[in-house]
Amino acid sequence: MSNVQDYASRLSDPGSRKMGTFSYLPPMDAAQIRKQIEWIVSNGWNPAIEHVEPQHAMDSYWYMWKLPMFGETDIDLILAELDACHRANPDNHVRLIGYDNFKQSQGASMVIHRGRAV
Amino acid sequence: MAAKKYDAGVKEYRTMYWQPDYPVKDSDFLAVFKVVPQAGVSREEAAAAVAAESSTATWTTVWTDLLTDLEYYKGRAYAIEDVPGNDEAFYAFIAYPMDLFEESSVVNVFTSLCGNVFGFKAVRSLRLEDVRFPLWFVTTCPGPPHGIQVERDKMDKYGRPLLGCTIKPKLGLSAKNYGRAVYECLRGGLDFTKDDENVNSQPFMRWRDRFSFVQEAIDKAEQETSERKGHYLNVTAGTFEEMMERAAYAKELGSPIIMNDFLTTGWAAHQSLSKWCRKNGMLLHVHRALHGVIDRNPNHGINFRVLAKLLRLMGGDHLHSGTVVGKLEGDRAATLGWVDLMRERHIKADRARGIFFDQDWGPMPGVFPVASGGIHVWHMPALVSIFGNDSVLQFGGGTIGHPWGNAAGACANRVALEACVQARNEGRAIEKEAKDILTEAARSSPELKVAMETWKEIKFEFDVVDKLDVQHR
Repeated sequence: MSNVQDYASRLSDPGSRKMGTFSYLPPMDAAQIRKQIEWIVSNGWNPAIEHVEPQHAMDSYWYMWKLPMFGETDIDLILAELDACHRANPDNHVRLIGYDNFKQSQGASMVIHRGRAV
Repeated sequence: MAAKKYDAGVKEYRTMYWQPDYPVKDSDFLAVFKVVPQAGVSREEAAAAVAAESSTATWTTVWTDLLTDLEYYKGRAYAIEDVPGNDEAFYAFIAYPMDLFEESSVVNVFTSLCGNVFGFKAVRSLRLEDVRFPLWFVTTCPGPPHGIQVERDKMDKYGRPLLGCTIKPKLGLSAKNYGRAVYECLRGGLDFTKDDENVNSQPFMRWRDRFSFVQEAIDKAEQETSERKGHYLNVTAGTFEEMMERAAYAKELGSPIIMNDFLTTGWAAHQSLSKWCRKNGMLLHVHRALHGVIDRNPNHGINFRVLAKLLRLMGGDHLHSGTVVGKLEGDRAATLGWVDLMRERHIKADRARGIFFDQDWGPMPGVFPVASGGIHVWHMPALVSIFGNDSVLQFGGGTIGHPWGNAAGACANRVALEACVQARNEGRAIEKEAKDILTEAARSSPELKVAMETWKEIKFEFDVVDKLDVQHR
C-alpha cells in the first residue's frame, strides 16, 4: 500500500472546496486568462462578472458585478473589470461568465480569482 | 367521379401503393427502409408491399375497403434508391398521411411502421433507417422533462461536458458498500454516478437501501466539494407501479435524477415516467439495454438514429449514444449524426452522417448524449472533440479501476477533462496534441499521471459492424 496515495479532501479543510470548471487545474496565469476571454468573445457570447463570499459558493445567484458587458469584445476592458471586482471584493470568489443568449445558457463560466477559503 | 366497384381477389401491391409521382406533404410521416426482397420480387412491388403492410392493407381486397377513402388513408412508396455498396438491398421511401397516427403516441407510430411488415415473407430483411416526424406530431409529444439548458442550471455546470461514472461491479455490492463507491467518485470530482442497467432491486441490495445510502453519499460529497452532485437512481422494475414507488422515494430523498431503461420497461411506461419527471422536477437519465438487438444488424431492425429520435419525443434528459472510441459499437459519422438529432433544433438531411430527412423539432428541448463504455483518460481529447460541451462522459472502470481508488480516478478524469477544455478554448488541436496536453496536466496531478500510466496501452480497435452504407472501393 506504500505506493497508494491518499486522496486529501476533508469536510474540515476549506481547501477541499471546488468551484466549477477549471477548479481542478492550477490557477490560470495572465496569458491563459486572456485566451479564455478571447474564446468567449470569439463565440459571440456576452461577458459577465459575478462574485460571492466563499461560504455561499453553492448558491445559484452570486452578486452581479455591474451588468453583463453586452457586445463587449475589448479583452483589456474585460480584464480591467475582473480586476476592479477583485479589488473591491478581495475575499470573494470572482467568476467570469460568457452568456450565450441563443442557447439561453452560459457558454462558459470560470472562477478567475479564488476567494479566501472558509 | 364514379364510385368504385367491389372486385374480390389478390392484387399486386404496386397497383395501389407505389406512387413515384406523389408530392410529399409537410404533414406526412416519412420513413426510409432498407429492403432486401425475396428473389423474383421487383423493387417496386417490395416497396409497395412495405408501404401497404405498414399502413392500411391486408393481403387481399376486402369489401370494407370501399366504405372509406383508402386513397387518402394509405401509405405509399414514393421513391426507390440503390444502397451504396450493397447490390441486394435498396432504399424504399414511404410517406404516411397524418391521420394514421394518434397524437403524442410514439407507441402507435411504431406499432404501425414496425408491425407485421417486419415478418412479411415477400422481404428477406428490412431495416428502418430513418423517420421524419412532422412538426405537428412533434408538438404533441412531451419531449425531454427538462432538457440540456435546464439541467445545466439545476446542476450548476457550465462550459464543459458533464462527468459520470457507472458503479462497478455491476452486481453484488451491498447497499452500504455501493454508497461508499458513489461517495468516493463524487468527492473526487465527478458530477454524477450511475446505477448500472441491471441494478434494480436484487436480494443482495434492495432498492430502498441503495437509494438511502447513495443519497447520504451525495449530500456529503456536496458539502465537501461545494459542487452539486447526483446519482442516476435506477427505477427500472417489473411493473409500472414499482417504478413509480421508487421514483417517488427518490424525490422524497431529494435526489436530482433518476434513470430508466426505455426499451426493456416499454415505451408507454417510459413516457408516463417522463411526464412524471417534468411534473416533479426530476431529471431523467435513459439507458438503452436491448438496443444492440434492434439496431446492430445492418440489414434488419431499426437504426439507432430512429430510437434516439423517438426517445427525444417521449422524453429523457440523457440518452446513451455510444462513444466512438470505447469498447462498444459506434461509427463516428453516424454517431455524430444522431448526436445532432438529439441536441439540435433543426437538422438537415446529410447522407454522409446517415441522416435521410430534414427534422424540425420546433421548440422541443434537447437531450444530453451520454458517451459510455470502456473509456479512460487517454480518450478524453477525442471525446471532447467528438461530443463537445453538451454531453455526459460516463466512465466506469476508467474511474474505479484507478490504482489509488475511485476518488483519485475521478480526480484524474476531471483534471484530464478540464485540461482538454482549456486547451480547446485556447484554439489548440486537442486530438493531435492529446499527449502533450495530458502530460502537461499530469505535472500538477499525480492522480492523472498514474491513470495515464495504467491505461496507456488499452485501445478497442475492432471493426465496426453497423457502418454507414458507402460505395465499395
